[in-house]
Amino acid sequence: MARVRLSISDFIFRMGTGAFALVLVLLVSGIGFVLWNESHLAIQKFGFAFWRTSDWNPVQGQFGAFPFIWGTLYSSVLALMIAGPIALGIAIFLSELCPDWLRQPLVFLTELLAAIPSIVYGLWGVFVLVPAVRSLQTALPDSVRAWALFSGPPVGFSLLAAALVLAVMVVPYSSAVAREVLKSVPRSQREAAYALGSTRWEATRAALHYGRAGIMGAIMLGFGRAIGETMAVTMVIGNTPKAVASIFAPQHTMAAVIANQFVDANDQLHSDALVEIGLVLFIITLLVNIASRVLIWNMTRQRSRASRPAAAAAPEAA
Amino acid sequence: MMKMLNSRSGRGAAVAALVVAVGASVVAQKMTINGAGATFPAVIYSKWFSEYNKLHPEVQINYNPQGSGFGIQQIQKQTVFFGASDGPMTNDALLASPGRILHFPTVLGGVVPIYNIPGVNAMLKFTGPVLADIFLGKITKWNDPKIAANNAGVNLPNLDITVAHRSDGSGTTYIWADYLHKVSPEWTQKVGVANSVTWPVGLGAPQSAGVAGLVKQTPGAIGYVELIYATQNQISYGSVQNLAGEFVTASVESVTASAAAAVTKMPADFRVSIVNAEGKGVYPISSFTWLLVYESPKDKAAAKVFVDFMKWMLGDGQKLAPQLGYAPLPAPVVKLELDAVAKIKIQ
Repeated sequence: MARVRLSISDFIFRMGTGAFALVLVLLVSGIGFVLWNESHLAIQKFGFAFWRTSDWNPVQGQFGAFPFIWGTLYSSVLALMIAGPIALGIAIFLSELCPDWLRQPLVFLTELLAAIPSIVYGLWGVFVLVPAVRSLQTALPDSVRAWALFSGPPVGFSLLAAALVLAVMVVPYSSAVAREVLKSVPRSQREAAYALGSTRWEATRAALHYGRAGIMGAIMLGFGRAIGETMAVTMVIGNTPKAVASIFAPQHTMAAVIANQFVDANDQLHSDALVEIGLVLFIITLLVNIASRVLIWNMTRQRSRASRPAAAAAPEAA
Repeated sequence: MMKMLNSRSGRGAAVAALVVAVGASVVAQKMTINGAGATFPAVIYSKWFSEYNKLHPEVQINYNPQGSGFGIQQIQKQTVFFGASDGPMTNDALLASPGRILHFPTVLGGVVPIYNIPGVNAMLKFTGPVLADIFLGKITKWNDPKIAANNAGVNLPNLDITVAHRSDGSGTTYIWADYLHKVSPEWTQKVGVANSVTWPVGLGAPQSAGVAGLVKQTPGAIGYVELIYATQNQISYGSVQNLAGEFVTASVESVTASAAAAVTKMPADFRVSIVNAEGKGVYPISSFTWLLVYESPKDKAAAKVFVDFMKWMLGDGQKLAPQLGYAPLPAPVVKLELDAVAKIKIQ
């Protein structure tokens, strides 16, 4: 009798929580469907050319998303190249080397960085980073400025300014996840390293190697965040849809162009093209997040495989 | 003690109930009208709506300033009673609307070229073709002979010009592009006129504040903002040559003058561009901003109230414009509009 009642409540419990989980799936597919449905004018007219053409002309009704895709990926990758080592350094210091009394204040500070609204980062970017980037560019010798990577007039509002703002915004996310990954490296790994006569640096390297997939995942999560950032980026990037190699050139991103042009779109096709950019952004974000999840998942699977023989061996040793 | 407290709180509750009841009866009679659209006239509109609310406490008009394109979309979808736009609706947009939409000019605004040239404090003089060439990327240095030709005595530096423009869709962009289109065939061919255009050169920044910030931050930058924005924020701006050959500084008077010149050619639907208007003392980069209302609105009660408001706006309301930096409508335009307002079907 009691057992039957239990199983009924279990059944309700399972169905109830399952329904909530289903809501998530419905939400994601619903968002994808709406984006697709609301952009059919642009999808019909441009097809896959939308992804690779560069002409964005709302007056003539010609739309190509390539400069925005380029700007989004370029600024995010650059941001990660800057933020990755910093985030990793913070994570290693906090999990391996930091004295206990300092750990909590530092963790609090990195979390504070994550809590600052992006518009504040944008203002800081306009008043601090943009002039700094401009002086950096004018300080470079002419021979360096001739390279495509550093060319263009010194205006400051540039891809580099956006990447720097993004880097600061991404650091707390990546470092928090990387710290968790390092914390989850079993003690035995480090003890084994020390037992073999490793120095602290070598033992940390062993821990890093053990958690490498998870750390990649941490950085990729930061990437996902950088891709979608809108306000801070649009304030400093110069909003110019031209895909060029120079980090000092003003460029544009997908999120920024949607925020800028959607409310005041010229006509239906313009509005549909902006929604299609949203769809492209949605797909790219989804892919990046899936990739980072797969990396983290890969690591945990490896670890459970690695720890199983150890667990089996334990009773024998006892 | 307990008893006293009880009775006091009981009385309090009774008073509260009374207040709620009175409040409810006032609310019940209230007429709320919603509108959306252009950001440029938002300051005068909110002033009008709050002043009108003081005169007629039962009328509450709400305005959502999200942009001209937004205003046009919302009036087409009939989610608002009235729309507002800095550029007139296109024929296509009018045909795509579920009913006939009327345009009513409310005030005028001027758009001014703002710049940041270290060491230059003088008010620069621009001609239309020079502005077009700068924004087309054909003039790239401040000491270009074409700029210097009209600015004798100003020591213009050998500095790169950085063009700053709006990155968001904007009625200000519409007016600016409309002017460049009138003075430069090349602009018409390469860029065109709309709230969002493809800029041949330069950097984009969101909102007027963004453009002003970009210009202030960047030595050698030139941008464009509404006159009120430049005066309120004390940014230096240039004068522009009109068709009569005069270099005119934007002001309430010179902007109103450009509308007076258009009166004789005013079309019945008020959809008229007055940039580069003929006449003396005219500031050439001026434009009306419009309210959009259905000729036969669905909500007749709201229509009646709104028509009353429009009559007030065209009369006493106009007097509030100059103090807020907007140019009031010339008297002949007001007269034409009062005739048009009478045609709105309120029954």
